[in-house]
Amino acid sequence: MIHAETTTLPQRSFGATMRTDGWWTQPLLVFLGLGTFIVYSTWAAFQGAHYFLGNYISPFYSPEFFGPSPHNWFGPKPAWWPAWLLFSPALLILWAPGGFRLTCYYYRGAYYKAFWADPPACTVGEPRKTYLGERSFPLIMQNVHRYFLYVALIFIAILATDVWKALWFADPVSGKTSFGIGVGTIVLAINVVLLGGYTFGCHSLRHLIGGFRDQLSKSTSCYRAYACVSCFNRRHMLWAWMSLFWVGFSDLYIRLCATGIWHDLRII
Amino acid sequence: MSPQKQATFRIWRGDRLGGEFRDYTAGVSEGMVVLDAVNHIQATQANDLACRWNCKAGKCGSCSAEINGLPKLMCMTRLSDLPLDQPVTVQPMKAFPAIKDLITDVSWNFRVKKNIKPFKPRSPDAPDGTWRMAQADIDRVQEFRKCIECFLCQDVCHVLRDHQKHEQFTGPRYLIYVAALEMHPLDTEDRIDELRNTQGIGYCNITKCCTKVCPESIQITDNAIIPLKERVVDRFYDPFGWIWRWMKKKSDRQSPNAVKR
Ligand code: SF4
Ligand code: SF4
Ligand code: FES
Ligand code: FES
Repeated sequence: MIHAETTTLPQRSFGATMRTDGWWTQPLLVFLGLGTFIVYSTWAAFQGAHYFLGNYISPFYSPEFFGPSPHNWFGPKPAWWPAWLLFSPALLILWAPGGFRLTCYYYRGAYYKAFWADPPACTVGEPRKTYLGERSFPLIMQNVHRYFLYVALIFIAILATDVWKALWFADPVSGKTSFGIGVGTIVLAINVVLLGGYTFGCHSLRHLIGGFRDQLSKSTSCYRAYACVSCFNRRHMLWAWMSLFWVGFSDLYIRLCATGIWHDLRII
Repeated sequence: MSPQKQATFRIWRGDRLGGEFRDYTAGVSEGMVVLDAVNHIQATQANDLACRWNCKAGKCGSCSAEINGLPKLMCMTRLSDLPLDQPVTVQPMKAFPAIKDLITDVSWNFRVKKNIKPFKPRSPDAPDGTWRMAQADIDRVQEFRKCIECFLCQDVCHVLRDHQKHEQFTGPRYLIYVAALEMHPLDTEDRIDELRNTQGIGYCNITKCCTKVCPESIQITDNAIIPLKERVVDRFYDPFGWIWRWMKKKSDRQSPNAVKR
């Protein structure tokens, strides 16, 4: 395209920088945060047990298409499921939120730095000389993000109905359900709010809902929706971390209650 | 009166053939910025020290340099914000060829700019040759007009800085320039093909260093690059997008007066 003369300062080696501040703290925190979540969620997804407690279900396992809990949609583990293939209701669905986060613009930028050192931090030397970016395979695949968004929006609705279900407790003796609120209900409700804040601030949603237009004001509804998504979008990173932490905690809460280590407190 | 506080400035001296860091000491007084120190050193100790500056108010974009390893405007970097117990390093921008000392040859940027399709407004809305726009529509591009062309974002971008893809990638400054034109409510030009091909938007891996260093606090990545990436997805990577455009084209053909969306 344009002829450019090469620079005189040489390419820096990995980690070389003139920065005097603690540039490595942020990528390290991202590495530890995401790493812990990946390890925990993988472990939890493979358990296939202790993911529900009465009317509560862990967000890692919802929707439960097939599975042993009363929350399942289409019955228990299907008979045609090959015996050699490990079965867990979470493994059937976790690709969706996983893929959504993996292709999220915020997380991409964050894990390219923390997990791939591309770059390790701003103005810090990189380990590799070659660079492809998101222009060619494999990273060109990140462009599917909006399709994961469509699925994520459906998940928000499903998790919201889980909160609704978490408001109705069955009496252990008579079996009659009555309205109530437990700590678990609140945990699941916060989870949906945080996941909603994250999903409704998605860059792809911001584009699809109005950002693609140059004359936004022509459609009042588009304009309002764009303004609303932009508002969530401004704090997308914060929503991303809060929702990530809380979805993990929600699973942990239900898991610990289901195994009897913690006891769910009934507030109302 | 207590003796004036001193600080060491480690300034890169050299030209395109090479160079070295040299240490200078200068007195520090209240409200001082790095450019003051550099000017003082130039006046008292190194008359041949080359540096560029003009407004001393963060508005001309000429005093760009790397201070303690981070791209910054020298005139907007207060000494009180730097750790003065260690030398303050001042060096030229790494992504561009050195000319002398703190001065680099940024002309590549101006050549890149020439390749971008210019503003092409629709025909005037009123008989007197003027247009009507809603403020709500122009708000978005106004942010990009704040750019002072300091090229700090170009300097910090690892695609240019470390991988030297100056031939394949226009850099963040010109992506916001394209965004300002492309999202303009009056503009009718189409720049999406070039964005993907010659301007190489796919090289950006949204690591946001450009946004971090921009002295005008332009949200380069979130408000310009990502929305442009989404427009590229519309055209090249989204099968639903193809169908949508095909249907739109058809309906536009049926109503010939249709204006830009
Ligand atoms: S976000 Fe993109 S353009 Fe900005 S510095 Fe990073 S790679 Fe370069
Ligand atoms: S976008 Fe910001 S950093 Fe980049 S040239 Fe313009 S003012 Fe400088
Ligand atoms: S950009 Fe983060 S969820 Fe879409
Ligand atoms: S001298 Fe004008 S921006 Fe620093």
